[in-house]
Amino acid sequence: MLLEQLINGITLGSIYAIVALGFTLVFGVLGIINMAHGEIFMFGAFIGVIVTSVMGLPLWVAFIAAIAVTAVLGYMLERIALRPLRGKQGVSHLAPLISTIGVSILLENLSHHLFGAGNQPFRNAFAEIQIQIGSITIYLVQILIFVISVALMLALSYWLSKTKAGKALRATAENLETASLLGVNTKRTITTTVIIASVMGGIAGILVGMAFNSVNPQMGLSMGLKGLAIIILGGMGNVKGAMAGGLLLGIAETLIVAYGDSGYRDAVAFITIIFILLLRPQGLFGKNTAESGR
Amino acid sequence: MLKITGIETFYGKIQALKGISLEVEQGKVVTILGANGAGKTTTMKTISGLLKPKHGTVEFLGEDITGLRPDQLLRKGIALVPEGRAILSSMTVMENLEMGAYHRNDKDIKKDIEEVMTHFPILKERKEQLGGTLSGGQQQMLAIARALLSKPKLILLDEPSMGLAPLIVANIFKIIKEINADGTTVLLVEQNAKQALKVADYGYVMETGKIIINGDAKDLLKDTRIVEAYLGKKSS
Ligand SMILES: Nc1ncnc2c1ncn2[C@@H]1O[C@H](COP(=O)(O)OP(=O)(O)OP(=O)(O)O)[C@@H](O)[C@H]1O
Ligand SMILES: [Mg+2]
Repeated sequence: MLLEQLINGITLGSIYAIVALGFTLVFGVLGIINMAHGEIFMFGAFIGVIVTSVMGLPLWVAFIAAIAVTAVLGYMLERIALRPLRGKQGVSHLAPLISTIGVSILLENLSHHLFGAGNQPFRNAFAEIQIQIGSITIYLVQILIFVISVALMLALSYWLSKTKAGKALRATAENLETASLLGVNTKRTITTTVIIASVMGGIAGILVGMAFNSVNPQMGLSMGLKGLAIIILGGMGNVKGAMAGGLLLGIAETLIVAYGDSGYRDAVAFITIIFILLLRPQGLFGKNTAESGR
Repeated sequence: MLKITGIETFYGKIQALKGISLEVEQGKVVTILGANGAGKTTTMKTISGLLKPKHGTVEFLGEDITGLRPDQLLRKGIALVPEGRAILSSMTVMENLEMGAYHRNDKDIKKDIEEVMTHFPILKERKEQLGGTLSGGQQQMLAIARALLSKPKLILLDEPSMGLAPLIVANIFKIIKEINADGTTVLLVEQNAKQALKVADYGYVMETGKIIINGDAKDLLKDTRIVEAYLGKKSS
């Protein structure tokens, strides 16, 4: 069923979009690729498993716990791995990237210790509820994931365009010095950004657990690479681009698996990206100027 | 109001300021002149907190403010309009103005933005336009208007006339006078020595990281060293 596959694709795509938003926020403000983002996402997923399947608590508790844990991870990432490298003389511009790779390896190993190496089922009665519309089956979870994703995207867009803190973030993203001359405490803005991005990763983690009923320590790496691919696709540091790119990739992947060869599933992301970049090197939504690359 | 003493600022191993001391009295316009690379911008950046001096102190209203961050200094009443204007190009004119009032929490912000826009009508016309799409002169107006919205006690202007047509330059100097008449103290860096000295009360001349001449603006206008170096023969 094409329609059913489209719904699956949109579900997956909206999760990708949230992961990509986290990437894009950090890239926009710091100009760096946060390679630990995927692992923070994975931690969010595991917190979901522990709270619902192991402790048997309701789903909303899992969300709160995941948000809290990933917020702390984001804070530590900024304080321990990023801030000490910032604005120092003689530090390579690649240093923060390497530093986030270090954090990602640390988090992956830590999750092996804490949660075990294998797959963990994400058991939740809620995940079984399905709705029949004619011949189409939709899971309630799919609707929930879509609603949460759209709500997050709208909230983020609103926050960035209308609130004082959101404007301060955009000013910081455009020019750190100018923002600080205008009275923005740029250190605090950066910390807030990394925390928000991490929380978005954590929420995406729970959603993936709910959608696919399974969580493992390796899932961070592939999600991280896809999130990266999406922001290249959508234009670096671009919020709308991250959303569109995420949805596009989710749908493309799902359709390939359904109608093509499932072995190519993970290759789709990267093949699409190579094509798009050949045609539009600045990404789908990126502007064709040097400065908007930030 | 502002007193800096023995400032030495470095870029890595390069020493850009070699012991600068200067004073700005409340209510005055003070100008810093000097050739390219003399260290004027470095001085402004050091006062506004973008650069930290290795030696020396900066005092503002009797308080030692050396080494504070720009956002902390803005709250104390020092606003810098940097060289090259530093407009937020991906934000609208209106958003740029709102960012000018970022640190304020009072209820007058909307009113003040309106007032600033009546002062700079072009900004009102262009308020939905992206900052980066304004012309150079319009950007300079925006940069000054934005700094004024922070309600500074001392405004630092780094070459506000740079790259502007003569008519616009004259307008900028008129605005500087008005700002000062409204009670804001001004520290002005300029290449345009003659016009700067005409609006200023006091002037300093810098050369390779040092202050070489200082005095009342009207005396400097007549100083042969300055006339030769900066004003040119035909200037009077
Ligand atoms: N980021 C930097 N790194 C290294 N040296 C710098 C840096 N910025 C300025 N300098 C050096 O410091 C000295 C003073 O520069 P500064 O920008 O303060 O000059 P200026 O008086 O503002 O000149 P202009 O009139 O051209 O704006 C110059 O020799 C310059 O080369
Ligand atoms: Mg300069």
